[in-house]
Amino acid sequence: MPHTGLTGSRIRERRLGLRVRQADLARDVGISPAYLNLIEHNRRRIGGKLLMDIARLLQVEPAQLSEGAGQALVAGLGAAAARTETTSSVESDRVEDFAGRFPGWAALILAQAQRIEEMETVVETLSDRLTHDPHLAASLHEVISTVTAIRSTSAILAETQDIDPDWQARFLRNIREEAQRLSSSAEGLVTYLDAGAEAREMQVSAADDLAAFVEASRYHFPLLERPAAGEGELAILLDGAEELRDRGAHDLARRMLVRYLSDARAMPETAFRASLTSTGGDPARVADGFGVGLDAVLRRIASLPPEEGGQESGLVICDGSGTVTFRKGVEGFPLPRFGAACPLWPLYQALARPAQPVEGIVEMPGQEAKTFRCRALSLPRPSSSFDAPPIHEATMLIEPVSEPVGNVLPVGASCRICPRETCAARREPSILGMRS
Amino acid sequence: MVKQVLLIEDEPNIIEAVSFILSRDGWKVATHSNGETAMAAIRSQKPDALVLDVMLPGRSGYEILQDLRSDDVFSDLPVLMLTARGQKKDRDAADRLGVTRFMSKPFSNAEVLAALREIAGVD
Repeated sequence: MPHTGLTGSRIRERRLGLRVRQADLARDVGISPAYLNLIEHNRRRIGGKLLMDIARLLQVEPAQLSEGAGQALVAGLGAAAARTETTSSVESDRVEDFAGRFPGWAALILAQAQRIEEMETVVETLSDRLTHDPHLAASLHEVISTVTAIRSTSAILAETQDIDPDWQARFLRNIREEAQRLSSSAEGLVTYLDAGAEAREMQVSAADDLAAFVEASRYHFPLLERPAAGEGELAILLDGAEELRDRGAHDLARRMLVRYLSDARAMPETAFRASLTSTGGDPARVADGFGVGLDAVLRRIASLPPEEGGQESGLVICDGSGTVTFRKGVEGFPLPRFGAACPLWPLYQALARPAQPVEGIVEMPGQEAKTFRCRALSLPRPSSSFDAPPIHEATMLIEPVSEPVGNVLPVGASCRICPRETCAARREPSILGMRS
Repeated sequence: MVKQVLLIEDEPNIIEAVSFILSRDGWKVATHSNGETAMAAIRSQKPDALVLDVMLPGRSGYEILQDLRSDDVFSDLPVLMLTARGQKKDRDAADRLGVTRFMSKPFSNAEVLAALREIAGVD
């Protein structure tokens, strides 16, 4: 398959790095130095056997030449550049070149961009907290009420010349009472704000910690795959998880693992793989065979490492508000860490059509656009009481497909970093827009 | 003629202090401290002016103000609203609902007296 783009630059880069002369490489693969020169300057396409040969001589995987320095790195750099105010001075068109040449610096930029995004979320969270935190509001209200009573009462005592002794005694008692109340509420406020300061440094959100935990394991927990796995295994996993930095994250992870365990028990790996093979990978038939919900099958597929030659799949789960509550990423299908995702994802189509499976082939934007088969389903979670409103939860399995059949729907990650300017589902301008 | 004022507030020591200064200033003072039953109290007392706290158990001062303004009998009743939240948006909300005067806590006694005299038309 021929590749366009910057394959040539990467060949040149690699060759120069190995100090191989252009003429020597050309001779070894049986082409003219002039032709190799055209390839290296991206003026000729290259693919097939020639690419394989060059890759072999340059001691790299062919994919590394044709796909370049991690797509994730390149995409991440693009997004990082787009997020800054002064994009005009950034050589956006040479991002791959940069990432290939200075992978260390590129990774640093990416890490810093991520850190900045985290900090921004912390700031947002804090300002939200000041506005909406009920505890803080109640404490401040209490302080102001007591101060009001003290101010008014002490003014009466100071300014009323002929005050009756009974009244005087009563007001003095009131002041003492209010002063005590004020000191304890002020103390409580200080303790609360101090505790908050520690928590602030610790994490962005419990959901983000959960995502890091999932990412570290690639959503596969061999311990829970054991036939007799139970509470003990759950405890081992949770205790050993450095990513879970507080109680909230811990609880979310526990809930996720409990569900994983029940999926693994209902669909043991060997039987599950056999069922996938015999049904041609149809999740509905697999679900029927195991007597479980379709969503459980989607989760289970995402939880098992790909078989030899297969590709890893991603999984995303959201609640009825569209907020992503679980994410396992897959290369080329970026899942936004904060804020809302692309409304065109089959995940959200499924949310609008509860209990009805939705399947679609989607394409992510990018120089080397990747396509994915997404299968999604929204189901109400078991209610806590008979008349409680249903809590819906949508699950979407994301599988890379190299040769899509049928309609391909262009989607994105999230409007802010999506280049599809004329998209009907756009809800806010893209910060990438300025560049073109 | 002695004017009547109804003080709707739930903090006992603020009630005591404010009642004291209002009485000394010549008002006949009644007090009430529950939001839910405040409307009934206002209807039965028919005060000449109202001092209304915002944060009350049961119903907020805003809701009570809204009820008052949609009732022909009380649409012109002078209302002095007291609140621990004196931000612009709180002030705006009170204005929209037809408050006569808005005052944030903590207040000075003299301010309360002056404001109440002014809105109730007492010289």
